[in-house]
Amino acid sequence: MTDDISTLRRILRQCRTIAIVGLSADWHRPSNFVAKYLQQHGYRIVPVNPRYDRILGERSYASLEDIPDAVDMVDVFRRTEDVLPIARSALAIGARCLWQQIGVVNREADALAHEAGLDSVMDRCVKIEHARLFGGLHWAGVNTRVVSARRPV
Amino acid sequence: MADDHAFKPETLAIHAGQIPDAATGARALPIYQTTSFVFDSADHAASLFNLQTFGNVYSRLSNPTVAALEERVAALEGGRAALASASGMAAEAMALMTLLQAGDHVVAAGALYGGSVSMLSVNLAKFGIDTTFVDATRPEAFAAAIRPNTRALFAESLGNPSLVLLDIAAVADVAHAHGLPLIIDNTVPSPALCNPIAFGADIVVHSATKYLAGHGTTLGGVMVESGKFPWDNGKFPGMTEPSPGYHGVRFYETFGDFGLCMRARMETLRVYGAALSPMSAWLILQGVETLSLRMERHSRNALSVARFLQSHPRVGWVHYPGLPEHPQHALLERQMRALDGVPMASGLLAFGVKGGARAGVKFIEAAHFMSHLVNIGDTRTLISHPATTTHRQLDEAQQRAAGVQPDMVRISVGLEHIDDILWDIDQALDKTET
Repeated sequence: MTDDISTLRRILRQCRTIAIVGLSADWHRPSNFVAKYLQQHGYRIVPVNPRYDRILGERSYASLEDIPDAVDMVDVFRRTEDVLPIARSALAIGARCLWQQIGVVNREADALAHEAGLDSVMDRCVKIEHARLFGGLHWAGVNTRVVSARRPV
Repeated sequence: MADDHAFKPETLAIHAGQIPDAATGARALPIYQTTSFVFDSADHAASLFNLQTFGNVYSRLSNPTVAALEERVAALEGGRAALASASGMAAEAMALMTLLQAGDHVVAAGALYGGSVSMLSVNLAKFGIDTTFVDATRPEAFAAAIRPNTRALFAESLGNPSLVLLDIAAVADVAHAHGLPLIIDNTVPSPALCNPIAFGADIVVHSATKYLAGHGTTLGGVMVESGKFPWDNGKFPGMTEPSPGYHGVRFYETFGDFGLCMRARMETLRVYGAALSPMSAWLILQGVETLSLRMERHSRNALSVARFLQSHPRVGWVHYPGLPEHPQHALLERQMRALDGVPMASGLLAFGVKGGARAGVKFIEAAHFMSHLVNIGDTRTLISHPATTTHRQLDEAQQRAAGVQPDMVRISVGLEHIDDILWDIDQALDKTET
């Protein structure tokens, strides 16, 4: 899996459309936090959850294959044992990154994505990593490990 | 890759938590002396309050200047995140009041700073939280005192003023075997000499007033979390269940390995209000930049003072873990950084003047430039008589449990020239004979 600062920065710069599998419409669920944050930082989010028609102003799809537009990243808010078929779908729709959220650690899916040439991240939060690497997490007293003599870009 | 280079403490003490200001390019840390921050829109305001967007709302919760101190201390301790507060006692209160509730129990080292003993045995007891104090030199004593309702172990890495060293790894093992976090007050070594998280501690608290600031001008405190404790082990529903104090947020699930600091910020600091001022954070950070240099000199001067006192005819006993013959010296070598092969033991030492408590008081009153006051970790050499100052609220049995003898003089050895420090000690000891 990928975990170095340079690669994570590249992933978060390149991936602009992010399908969020298991996105909840309930505002105080972590997945909703992440989607709302990503929207406010210029990303387009595509909800994947058969239980809803729309979440945060975006149409929600029942599966990744139903999404008509190109997807850069598939962000997974599902149980570890449910990730493998989602990884296969991510490959099928031509995503360039499979991202498993904090607590989601399916090594088989990680290996599958990696072998297919995708970036693969596990056990990390998209929002937290974005905030860590692009300035926001510093606000919360988090050790971002960023040392630099340049202004944040 | 350059981005992933592991920077050393001396570098982190200068750089961590502060890159050039985005708006102005200012290289030094700006002082954001403001109570409040504007919202871009109603939706932005709602997102900030919901914690969906990270950002500043009000300086009681967070402030950019204070955040620089928080991140720097987190980096120096090898922790995941930190929360600053108005004093060291406030930092300790933020950690304990976030974790504990009525009916809970704490096992704490007996050899603690007097204020910490009072917080645990009086103030928290008032809210239904009990504490058992145990011998800090016996890890098995911590294990024996653990009950089903115990929720934390608390100790100092190097006791103030007892100078008892804690075997952090051994006590962390005890804590983790029972699914409990170990909280370490690391004020006396500072992160330059000891990193408790590296030995298994889960939470570290500091009085930043002391060595972190180092100049005796400014009060402040910091709590740091390791990011490694499994808060979902069933003992900490406040970390895993919807927060009644912050509209249903589940802090561990939402913020993961910095969930404790977020909860302490949004539930405890926000409500009790012990926030650090931006100006104070800035002043403390001026000191932090030179932390490693200062700790080397404090330690070297203190070792010289300890050796001088050992050979002085007016001195009954000397207690300094930096002395090779000290019973805990091997633990010191294992747990604290060394300079040129000599383990550093910080600047605190204790000794007894022959003639008991009265002679101790005479010594303090005869000092020329050594200051009689109750702070530690200043550039200036400080002297005090704990039995009549910091620990006077405790009875004699409690004082002895905290490592305070009636004749004990505590010195916080400063950064003056060692010849002058020894001169002042010598002339003051001479005046204790009459």
